Amino acid sequence: MTEPVIDVRGLQKHYGDVEAVRGIDFDVARGEVFAMLGPNGAGKTTTTEILEGYRDKTAGEVSVLGHDPAKREQTLRERIGIVLQSTGIDPFLTVTETIEMYAGYYPSRRPTAEVIEVVGLTEKRDTRVNKLSGGQQRRLDVAIALAGDPELLFLDEPTTGFDPGARRNAWEVVKNLAAIGKTVFLTTHFMDEAQYLADRVVVIANGAIVAEGPPATLAGRNTMMASIRFRLAPGAPEPPSLGQRSVGDGAFEIGTEDPAGVLHTLTGWALERHVDLDGLEVHRPTLEDVYLELTGAEVGT
Amino acid sequence: MNDVALTARQVRYTNRAFWRNPQAAFFTFAFPLMFLVIFTALLGKGTVTVNGLPFNQSTYYVAGMSAFAIITACYTNLAISVTFQRDAGILKRTRGTPLPGYDYLSARVLHAIVIAVILVSICSVFGAVFYGAEIPTGVSLAEAIVTVLVGAASFAALALALTSVIPNADAAPAIVNATILPLLFISGVFIPIGSNAPRWVDVLGKVFPVRHLVEAYLGAYYGKPFFVFSWRDVGVVAIWGIAGLLFATRRFSWEPRK
Repeated sequence: MTEPVIDVRGLQKHYGDVEAVRGIDFDVARGEVFAMLGPNGAGKTTTTEILEGYRDKTAGEVSVLGHDPAKREQTLRERIGIVLQSTGIDPFLTVTETIEMYAGYYPSRRPTAEVIEVVGLTEKRDTRVNKLSGGQQRRLDVAIALAGDPELLFLDEPTTGFDPGARRNAWEVVKNLAAIGKTVFLTTHFMDEAQYLADRVVVIANGAIVAEGPPATLAGRNTMMASIRFRLAPGAPEPPSLGQRSVGDGAFEIGTEDPAGVLHTLTGWALERHVDLDGLEVHRPTLEDVYLELTGAEVGT
Repeated sequence: MNDVALTARQVRYTNRAFWRNPQAAFFTFAFPLMFLVIFTALLGKGTVTVNGLPFNQSTYYVAGMSAFAIITACYTNLAISVTFQRDAGILKRTRGTPLPGYDYLSARVLHAIVIAVILVSICSVFGAVFYGAEIPTGVSLAEAIVTVLVGAASFAALALALTSVIPNADAAPAIVNATILPLLFISGVFIPIGSNAPRWVDVLGKVFPVRHLVEAYLGAYYGKPFFVFSWRDVGVVAIWGIAGLLFATRRFSWEPRK
């Protein structure tokens, strides 16, 4: 078994009386895209910045590529790439110059043209940073983090403030990173982002991890009660003994852990009795439902 | 790469960005030269009494504007632009790379010193060609060069120290100018401090490093009978620089101050 790229045990961070992170555990395997999902103020950035070596922890064990990041060792920084939450790039250098400047700090590098290609800035390679759009600067952020050919990339809310098109582009960039074998630690407060990108997700709320798993099965999403909904014409008979309840306006809902069986019975009955089941649908809780339930108190309404 | 190579490489990128930033290039580079021309045009016909002797003002301004150039390049511009880089997150990003932080800051300081040396050289050539200020030779030249280098390094250290107490980039120009402009006026940079200057101006000026920089440079550049070069002046400037460096190493912030 190879050791995890990131290993966190009982991590705590207090700012005065405020417990920003309350004893969390997780690990990230090599080659994995790992997402930390949670609302603003949940402790994502604090955790990320402890892993990156910007913050000291209050208590717990943290290992990144076998190093304690708080020691700020150069040998560790040579192997990681960091995309911070806010961009800060010298506005007067071009895209190519910027990447070459940062690449020069690292012992191993990826060819500049290739890095620019990965983030889709090839057409802008000779453009100065202050002439790039916000989304393009964010992609340059990722390119800078890639310049030293890191094994592990930290992406702290890489798409916050993006329009939908720019988010899609950024997602493709992260998918490309995964395809070239990088381990990615990602934070986000978008469910769809975690679902689309991550192999594994932890949900953090109020400084504690409230759920962990692949997005498809997070918090038992695959086995949670499904609901079957349909509508009956006025005066039509109701199916017997399926536990349906009227939700008004001629619509019914059946909650079940065995949607296939219930659906079979229901449709068999309907065919036999020539009853129309208008708007028949099976609904599974979405990641968003799970997320809202898990973080509900913090998200508000 | 070793520290020297990394720093040298960083100086080149700093320089490239510097010349593409019209604001930095204008205020740092054009200001002192513009002031030299304006001051000598307006006041250059007059004389100032130094050691009881009349001294040509236009000649005086060659040294005054050289000191001003050192201060704009190494103090004003460095303090403002490093604060800007801190608030924009550029310093924090650099801190996340393998580049040692002192290599990055050394590059910024070295670049400022190079700009100061270029500006002082231009002032000197200007002075020699138009204002009858002969460029010193021999020991005096060595004294002048040491004064420029010690002055540039010390004001750069003070700039980094000041950066650590500036709350944000918006406040930077105001705070930097508030700390330096009054000193420029009472230290003989813009207005020669003649023998009849008020005593408090004389005393206050001698507490701070600007007056000592000006006097050391005047002493090295023109010498007797008007001025006397004293290593003591250079020493006072250096002590301020060392104090600034010590303060900066303890308090310098790589991240925006909250």
